[in-house]
Amino acid sequence: MNRKNPLPNSNPNSPNSSMQALHFLQALARIARAAPKPAHSARTRQIRHAAYASMAHSSRSSRRTWSRALLHRLRQWQQQRPGRLLTVRRRVRIVTPITSRPEEPARAETLRQLVPGGRGMEYCNLLEETADYVQCLRAQVQLMQTLLDAFSS
Amino acid sequence: MSSRRRRITDGEINELITKLQSLLPEPRRRNTNRASASKLLKETCSYIKSLHREVEDLSDRLSDIIETMDGDSPQVEIIRSLLN
Repeated sequence: MNRKNPLPNSNPNSPNSSMQALHFLQALARIARAAPKPAHSARTRQIRHAAYASMAHSSRSSRRTWSRALLHRLRQWQQQRPGRLLTVRRRVRIVTPITSRPEEPARAETLRQLVPGGRGMEYCNLLEETADYVQCLRAQVQLMQTLLDAFSS
Repeated sequence: MSSRRRRITDGEINELITKLQSLLPEPRRRNTNRASASKLLKETCSYIKSLHREVEDLSDRLSDIIETMDGDSPQVEIIRSLLN
């Protein structure tokens, strides 16, 4: 394990990944310090939440539609506190969905559901946002894997 | 959202599809015709789903590790050193 460069993609040429990593680490430290310690499932949810928040806050993605949509979704999740007897879930549509055009491949619809905010995007933008989203997702997975390896050694 | 729709050229679509192709785990050299574009989208969907599952799984395992952490454990030191 290379101690000098423990973070993935943390070279000076990709400040985006470094911000993403930093954000996630800070969140993870907060979660670890929480007292009393939450239940395992609650902590897992918090970590997952932190993972997606870090993705959305990385400098490259903060201008993206998917990151704004993701942050919106995260805020909705946060407002759902477990233990409330009656949780009224209101689905707020902030964009008008664009129905798939006939010349789009059929799979575009599935993609629209997978990429945050995808339903409101033009096909061209959808592809671009998807590429960006995939890059951030990959970086996040690499980061978490690296951390796990570091913690396990 | 504005109702005007920019006329998107096939060239732009192909370019983006090529870019997506390069991001997938096993890049393949293919003509970006309609059929393979659809296949590429399908692979992209599977890939995104698998990445979502990985995030879930890794969150779970990180949660396990953190459970065993206290103020003096080495993992906390790692986090601190990475944050400085």
